[in-house]
Amino acid sequence: MRIALFVTCLADTMFPEAAKATVRLLERLGHEVVFPEGQTCCGQMHVNTGYQAQAMPLVRRHVRTFDPYDVIVAPSGSCVGSVRHQHALVARRGGDERLASRAESVAGRTYELSELLVDVLGVTDVGAYFPHRVTYHPTCHSLRMLRVGDRPLRLLREVRGLDLVQLPAAEQCCGFGGTFAVKNADTSTAMLADKMRHVLATGADVCAAGDVSCLMHIGGGLSRLRTGVRTVHLAEILAATEAGGGPERRDELVVRT
Amino acid sequence: MVGEAVSGREEVLSRLRAAVAGGSAPVPVPRAYRREGPIDLDLLVQRLTDYRARVHRVPEADVADTIAGILPTSATVVVPPQLPPAWLPATVTARTDDGLDNARIAAADGVVTAAAVAVVETGTVVLDGSPDQGRRVLSLLPDLHICVVRAAQVVAGVPQALARLAPHRPLTWISGPSATSDIELNRVEGVHGPRTLHVILLP
Amino acid sequence: MTRTFLGMPATAPQGVGQLRGEQSFPAAARQALADAQLRRNLGHATATIRAKSGAVIAEAPDWEELRAAGAAIKTDVLARLPELLEQLEARVTAAGGVVHWAADANEANRIVTDLVRATGSDRVIKVKSMATQEIGLNEALDAAGIIAVETDLAELIVQLGDDRPSHILVPAIHRNRAEIREIFLRAMPDVDPALTDEPAALAAAARRFLRQTFLTTPVAVSGANFAVAETGTLAVVESEGNGRMCLTLPETLITVMGVEKVVPTWRDLEVFLQLLPRASTGERMNPYTSMWTGVTPGDGPQAFHLVLLDNGRSAVLADEVGRQALHCIRCSACLNVCPVYERVGGHAYGSVYPGPIGAVLSPQLTGVADNASLPYASSLCGACYDACPVKINIPELLVHLRDQAPHPRAESAAMAAAAYTMDHPALYAAAQRATRLSRWAGRRGRGLPPPLSGWTAGRDLPEPPAETFREWWAKR
Ligand code: SF4
Repeated sequence: MRIALFVTCLADTMFPEAAKATVRLLERLGHEVVFPEGQTCCGQMHVNTGYQAQAMPLVRRHVRTFDPYDVIVAPSGSCVGSVRHQHALVARRGGDERLASRAESVAGRTYELSELLVDVLGVTDVGAYFPHRVTYHPTCHSLRMLRVGDRPLRLLREVRGLDLVQLPAAEQCCGFGGTFAVKNADTSTAMLADKMRHVLATGADVCAAGDVSCLMHIGGGLSRLRTGVRTVHLAEILAATEAGGGPERRDELVVRT
Repeated sequence: MVGEAVSGREEVLSRLRAAVAGGSAPVPVPRAYRREGPIDLDLLVQRLTDYRARVHRVPEADVADTIAGILPTSATVVVPPQLPPAWLPATVTARTDDGLDNARIAAADGVVTAAAVAVVETGTVVLDGSPDQGRRVLSLLPDLHICVVRAAQVVAGVPQALARLAPHRPLTWISGPSATSDIELNRVEGVHGPRTLHVILLP
Repeated sequence: MTRTFLGMPATAPQGVGQLRGEQSFPAAARQALADAQLRRNLGHATATIRAKSGAVIAEAPDWEELRAAGAAIKTDVLARLPELLEQLEARVTAAGGVVHWAADANEANRIVTDLVRATGSDRVIKVKSMATQEIGLNEALDAAGIIAVETDLAELIVQLGDDRPSHILVPAIHRNRAEIREIFLRAMPDVDPALTDEPAALAAAARRFLRQTFLTTPVAVSGANFAVAETGTLAVVESEGNGRMCLTLPETLITVMGVEKVVPTWRDLEVFLQLLPRASTGERMNPYTSMWTGVTPGDGPQAFHLVLLDNGRSAVLADEVGRQALHCIRCSACLNVCPVYERVGGHAYGSVYPGPIGAVLSPQLTGVADNASLPYASSLCGACYDACPVKINIPELLVHLRDQAPHPRAESAAMAAAAYTMDHPALYAAAQRATRLSRWAGRRGRGLPPPLSGWTAGRDLPEPPAETFREWWAKR
């Protein structure tokens, strides 16, 4: 199958490992991955911060870039959520009905990674090997905007060597919320503290999720406290094999105080 | 139109009319929820008990004995004007409500009423002010309420209950004794309404 | 009573009522987060109610169908609100009640004050009502020399503690039993000094304290959960029996109700009487629900007044996207599942309407400029939307209101620049390279400048990667 990768601006710029792992995984499963060069950002940050008009060109660009493809995947529940639930709305409020219906069409062909694997490609055992104790944070937008349900867990359960431990209060938000983490930094940090407490209680050495944004938040907290727990994107775990090795490691974590 | 003096009524209505701007077609309501269900008396008992009502299942002939067992000898009860007299045991003093003042009602040890409807699913009895149920105050001030329900008055769920009730009557839906969840969100029985509720369920 | 006719949708006036906070949400939240006792109380209470509510909702196999019906009925109500209110007015009047219309808080307060004065009483008993808190009725009555006695246990705790309510359903949710005991010992006249902190003992103390007041006060003020246009029937849903006392014992009953509480038909109650108790207190049915239609000779109050309140609702109604906030049946489920509410509590929202619904409804009622920080008081996690029994899409509303909120100038400029950059791939790639430059530019070990410093105050930021994804892809 020919699959267009919607990399998302955050993964592209800050967490390319997750995107590279998505490519490796899909190619290993025998699919062709293409990267439409015109893509930048889906505009979610603008919409969620209160700048819908500024998001219009970004929605237009996204739709134009991805319209030619039949199947589109992003390693992010949040960005797929934006494509599915915000793009047409923004276009319609901006008075562009034609764009809105094209956006709806693109949204119908856009999948979050676990949806693509389980629903479209029909696999749960992707042949991965990841010998670690892992707990999974479901992320709010995957859970409640996309309703991916237990798809990520079904994928993780098939990974050889992986010891999956249930995260207490998993469905609670980690406190990221885009600009919420900055505008309401104290509340965001309080939510993060509880999420970290639950992660640590599992005894896992890896906290996985399907969104690099939440992982940046949780990982930033775990790193600040020197907990020794790593955050890893679901794609990186699924891309890891015995022969090919595990996820790339960043050389170091930067402390900015 | 500025400057025209009108009532609050016209002001509010014209604001609202401007806000809905013409659109006033009724919106269709999907009613795919359950409107029928089994009348399971055992479940009713379970649901009543779950919210701390005490339930007695007896034949009608035994109502007086049952009440005698609930109330101490020479207790005083208030009763609505047309409560079946046979329900009252000789051991208690019954004051029929012929316009009793609130102090007299509050001073009674209990109140005995019939009911209009009972709802299985929610463990609810509904009083509608009929002459065998009386004024609302009657079942409110005494600390103990004995409510006699006939099986024929039992319905499965809330929709069936509403269908049986007359909207213009003063209605009191009672699900267990007075309670509050205001302290740490735990249900605690016994605030202002009757702190003890007995339901006598007739066949 | 006459006034100048304007007739256009209007927001709630300033200077009256409790819809506006004194400080911004982030500032108020910061203080609340430091209160360990508050956080413990809230965490315990919201976890308890979530579990209870979840269990009774699981018992209802048609929960989703009920939600769909509830949402549709409310949509219908809002689409033809004026005619439904006129119908309600006609039925209530025919049944012996008197209907009053209040354009805003000031008018409603004046109407109620005049009605109480006309009875000659200097005291009213009140059953918990969000609408009367919203308009600041107690303060208005107080200014007129009339004492308003709150009879709901939680309201009583708040009133005796000289405190503010922090939850729609359980206004004293921020207090635990030990604190409640202290408040009673301090402020409740003639309280038994041996009072324990057993919830049953605390409830019994309230029962004793209020009994005489119930029996001797000739006027009551209530809110209403529902009003049926078709029949003129009002409904109040409660637990303790204080509602029954207020609705039954006095000679005069004054009910203040937001205009959106009307439902078209008697049958519609079958939906809401199932949704409300399960979503709010987590019960199959609350202990008491009272329904009355006008005046019943020989039973209950012989004078009944219904005050229909706008106070900003017309402005909410005028916004076709925002309108759905008026579906709210005040169950408080959205508060109980909200991770932000659970940590900061109700006071931080500055309005009588806290939590997710407050974050949208308060700015809608006042105009967004007066509550500009509230639409941002959410991580958009969506738990509220899932919990709402009438399916109010609160995240969508929050985003909608953020779009109307006044934006800081620096932020606007940054957002415009970001949008421009992201719409030009070459600039975008350049910006990505600039991000990476920070690797070598000595930012290491330093915090980000405000407002981004909020991030680095509690979390590390990862080093930008040596190569972006698109650079890697181009080299493949
Ligand atoms: S918004 Fe929905 S969940 Fe929140 S209080 Fe209102 S009805 Fe309940």
